[in-house]
Amino acid sequence: MTLQETGVAAETAAAQPAPLLSLDGVSKVFNGDLVALKGMSLDVFQGDFVSLLGPSGCGKSTALRLIAGLSHPTSGRINWAGGQDAGDLGVVFQEPTLMPWATVAQNVWLPWRLRGAKFAAMKPQIEEALALVGLEKFMDSYPRELSGGMKMRVSIARALVTNPRLILMDEPFAALDEITRHKLNNDLLALRAKIGCTIIFVTHSVFESVFLSSRIVVMAARPGRVIHEVAVDAPYPRGEDFRTSTDYAAHCRAASAALHDAIGD
Amino acid sequence: MAIAETAPTAAAAPIIDAEEARRARNRRRERLGRWLMPLIVLVVMIFLWDRICVWNNIPHYILPRPGLVAETLWVDRLILFKALLITLRTTLLALLVAVIGGVGLAVLFTQSRLFEMSFYPYAVILQVTPIVAIAPLIFIYIQSKLIGMLLCAWIVAFFPVLSNTTLGLNSADHNLRDLFSIYGATRWQKLRYLQLPSALPYFLGGLRIAGGLALIGAVVAEYVAGTGGVGSGLAFTILESSYRLNIPRVFAALILIAAMGVVIFTVLSLFSHLLLRKWHESALKREG
Ligand SMILES: Nc1ncnc2c1ncn2[C@@H]1O[C@H](COP(=O)(O)OP(=O)(O)OP(=O)(O)O)[C@@H](O)[C@H]1O
Ligand SMILES: [Mg+2]
Repeated sequence: MTLQETGVAAETAAAQPAPLLSLDGVSKVFNGDLVALKGMSLDVFQGDFVSLLGPSGCGKSTALRLIAGLSHPTSGRINWAGGQDAGDLGVVFQEPTLMPWATVAQNVWLPWRLRGAKFAAMKPQIEEALALVGLEKFMDSYPRELSGGMKMRVSIARALVTNPRLILMDEPFAALDEITRHKLNNDLLALRAKIGCTIIFVTHSVFESVFLSSRIVVMAARPGRVIHEVAVDAPYPRGEDFRTSTDYAAHCRAASAALHDAIGD
Repeated sequence: MAIAETAPTAAAAPIIDAEEARRARNRRRERLGRWLMPLIVLVVMIFLWDRICVWNNIPHYILPRPGLVAETLWVDRLILFKALLITLRTTLLALLVAVIGGVGLAVLFTQSRLFEMSFYPYAVILQVTPIVAIAPLIFIYIQSKLIGMLLCAWIVAFFPVLSNTTLGLNSADHNLRDLFSIYGATRWQKLRYLQLPSALPYFLGGLRIAGGLALIGAVVAEYVAGTGGVGSGLAFTILESSYRLNIPRVFAALILIAAMGVVIFTVLSLFSHLLLRKWHESALKREG
């Protein structure tokens, strides 16, 4: 376990292969003077589970939107290994963001549909993605018939269905109750072990970030910036026993300390 | 460590208790009342109407007794039915054109800011100018009575469709919009798969209002246009019968117009319910 300044983290990264995605001094200024993000640099490698942890307003969502291409950096650049195309990304928002007029299966079909693929042709992939989140029996249900946790699972299945290189998750479980959240945390790791995707995950929760991620990027606000990186070197798979281990507690302490530093007290 | 199970308490208590049974009774009473109360009011009103005619000796060419109106409905049924069909045709055609025009304009408005900036003010002006004031001009410039009447009814009916649909197209969930952008959706795909379904409940709300307005437009147009070429609808029948002091027929036609309005509204409500019942809050029944 290490708590280091970001400058040092870059050195350890240098030994690894070329990053899947790299942010290079990315800044974002809104309305001429609101610095939402200042000089953010981050390398994300194949198989990483990176959490962005920080107080409200530190630019976590802004960073994700920049990576997703929904807005453009005011300065700095974002590089994708081998260029980017529409199939590279899966996205999960804080709300499930499902189309209420469409069934679960049709919702999961959406990324394919927008690329012109017929439902019948994609059905095996859709079923597989829904099976991964344990909802294969709810293909024909409408979102309103599902609980909050189940809707979130559909949203995750939709992000997975195209086998994207990178999945962005913006506080996906923040609105859920503690029990559902634990369950979904476990399931997310199980799912990741199965398909080996790369994830950038935004959260406010120290515990969630330690449990899930291999690296925690701690950010501070005004201006939004990266101030620490905490490596969580505990091996996967992680289960309930990890949650009660001393290793976990130690990582939580380190991440908490970094977060307090970010909040400034 | 053992976790004790809680002992099952009051195993004998019935699942539906007296409270719940009482609530169920109240619900049944409420459902019955929804039909029964207006019906009672109707019967009382008709009875009073009849008594007022008798007590005051009002002649039938001023205020006919309800029985006479009912008789006229039956005796004149052929004339009245023909008139009803004509008014109904104008109304439905106008509604159809209002839907096509309203939705079409709404889509154009959301696709092109320039188009919206240029034409929206005129749509509003057309809407706020009373149709009775425009109608005479329309029949001066437009030779075909049918087209003139359609135009009148359309002017009144299209605006709620236009404004509701525009609102609906613009109110698609912003996260879903972002998602569509991330997946590289084209403008057309966004419209087809996101904006139009989002607009559906709004459109249907506008449609219900437009149904009533189309009828009003058709009636106004008949008053202004007279009969030439199109045959006489219900509104023209009212006009003509009142000249001849055939007041029972005026009442009969009036009742038919009102009934037609109610039927149009009910059918549109039903249609809207069928389209939305699977997913939209407005059409969902929740257990209380
Ligand atoms: N579109 C925008 N226009 C103007 N300001 C914005 C915009 N988006 C974000 N901001 C500002 O940028 C700053 C960072 O916002 P951002 O949403 O990235 O924070 P966050 O870390 O995701 O916060 P939270 O944890 O509350 O979601 C905030 O001060 C916010 O007000
Ligand atoms: Mg945010």
